[in-house]
Amino acid sequence: MTRRSRFELAVLLGLGVFFLLVPQFVESRFWLGFWTTTLFFALLGQSWNVLGGYAGQMSFGHALFFGTGAYATAVMQVRFGLDAWTSAALGVGAGALVGAFTGAVTFRYGLRGSYFALVTLAFAEVFRALANSWEFTGSGFGMLIPMKAGAANLQFADRVSFYYVILLLVVLAYAVTWWLERSRFGAYLTAIRENEDAAQALGINPFRMKVAAITLSAAMAALAGIFYMQFYLFIDAGIAYGPGMSVNALLGPLIGGAGTVLGPLIGALALGGLSEVTSALLGQQPGVNLLAFGLLLLIILRFLPNGLMGLLHGRS
Amino acid sequence: MGAVYALVALGLALIYGVLHIINFAHGSLLMMALYATYFLFRLGGIDPYVSLLIVPPLFFALGYAMQRWVIQPIGHGKDTNVLLVTLAIAIILDNLALYLWTSTTRTIDVPYATNYVDVGVTAVALPRLIAFGAAVLIGILFWLLMSRTDLGRAIRAVARERQGAKIVGISVEHIFAMSFGIGAACVAIAACLLLPTFYVTPQVGHAFVLIAFTTVVLGGMGSFIGALLGGLILGVVEAFSGLFLGESLGQIGIYLIFILVLLFRPTGLFGQRMA
Repeated sequence: MTRRSRFELAVLLGLGVFFLLVPQFVESRFWLGFWTTTLFFALLGQSWNVLGGYAGQMSFGHALFFGTGAYATAVMQVRFGLDAWTSAALGVGAGALVGAFTGAVTFRYGLRGSYFALVTLAFAEVFRALANSWEFTGSGFGMLIPMKAGAANLQFADRVSFYYVILLLVVLAYAVTWWLERSRFGAYLTAIRENEDAAQALGINPFRMKVAAITLSAAMAALAGIFYMQFYLFIDAGIAYGPGMSVNALLGPLIGGAGTVLGPLIGALALGGLSEVTSALLGQQPGVNLLAFGLLLLIILRFLPNGLMGLLHGRS
Repeated sequence: MGAVYALVALGLALIYGVLHIINFAHGSLLMMALYATYFLFRLGGIDPYVSLLIVPPLFFALGYAMQRWVIQPIGHGKDTNVLLVTLAIAIILDNLALYLWTSTTRTIDVPYATNYVDVGVTAVALPRLIAFGAAVLIGILFWLLMSRTDLGRAIRAVARERQGAKIVGISVEHIFAMSFGIGAACVAIAACLLLPTFYVTPQVGHAFVLIAFTTVVLGGMGSFIGALLGGLILGVVEAFSGLFLGESLGQIGIYLIFILVLLFRPTGLFGQRMA
């Protein structure tokens, strides 16, 4: 294990212990909500990071996978009467399937860079329009899961349990990413990101690797969607597939540092903190948070192209 | 609507054709221009058609400054980086509008909005007819600018061969910014023509950004005639799919065209090979 690996592992473990203890010293409902939201964005950001950070395929439509996970789990429970656990598993499957399909279609025809970004956005918009007009998915009203607290229904009356659920999911996602960074698969993805033609010349099959990456990424985003669904018990087309969620997915890793294990978490923490500061200074008016996020993104792109993690690792 | 799409797309096509960047903030610029026209009417009592003399020059300056002092230095010339910078600008502009002017849908009342003109087969609202005429006029002016003036020649030279243009003494940064400025002015013209029969909200740009991309892609990236024709085609497609599929599903037609064209004919209907 290299020095950097050891350092990162120590930071990850330290953060893990910190997050494990959060409910012990957080008294108010508000701050527990803050940490839950931050972890949720850390999960969503990591899903984007697998595809955008490691494989270098920036998606502008990650809401596509998030929304599919959320809608699938809701539809299974409400329309087919399946239990929450089976629905959640099917939700992850549905997200991965949509990811594999999107990837197969777009990568088959060689879309790269900005074109890939725009096509993912267009796919998300198609799904948004469909979900918004199809009776089956609740059309304009959205989907509502009836409240039935209990672990069997993946619903919890107290917010602390929900906090531990999202923490568990985040730990899982970050463990997968940690493995990815050190695996052969991860090395292939990085090679494709740096120079796709050279990677192909070395015998890597970029198409298969990229489809695998988008499938994994989509499954993780779907997981975030399922958590969202079980937490709020409500989703509509605008939340699920709107550009807002896609932007949320990419802001964290870009600000924290794309292509690093910790980047999305650091980014989520920075954005969560910034959002509290702006609310305190300028009030709760809508738009203030994202306005600050946009400015922060510009500043990061200008001075820290490797994100906040670039500070840690020095300039590369 | 097709004529307005064509104008928005013309600006986007120019920016793409010369700078080879995808301007994600294009829809947000349109939104800002709509607000500018709106407030000129509400606070200054200036008719949107008179605003044609005020808003486009203002947005030309804004676009020039944005490219020269924000996008250029931050983007480092990398494709996806520039896309992210324009995305950040879009986020900033959209939310600034949301913060300053809230999400209220705003419209203006002009006496001529409901004047209909008989054009043989059907009656068309007067502002729509004016928009169509203006789009054609702008198209011709644009063609003259590109083919007959030194600026147009310089723009074409930079679009074709950056290094070569630099060697013969053209300031590439200046031409980039000029192109961006003209693109922003096209958007501002579209806004002035659009407002009499349309509305403005902070999110209004979203609907246009993908439509504009679709138009440009359909017409062939970087092809100006393609952008104009693409806009008109899309206007027709939207009208028909809206007619047959209903309000909310109608939009799907446009997104599907966008995806299909990018997948199967990335050069568009009139374009050359994609870079």
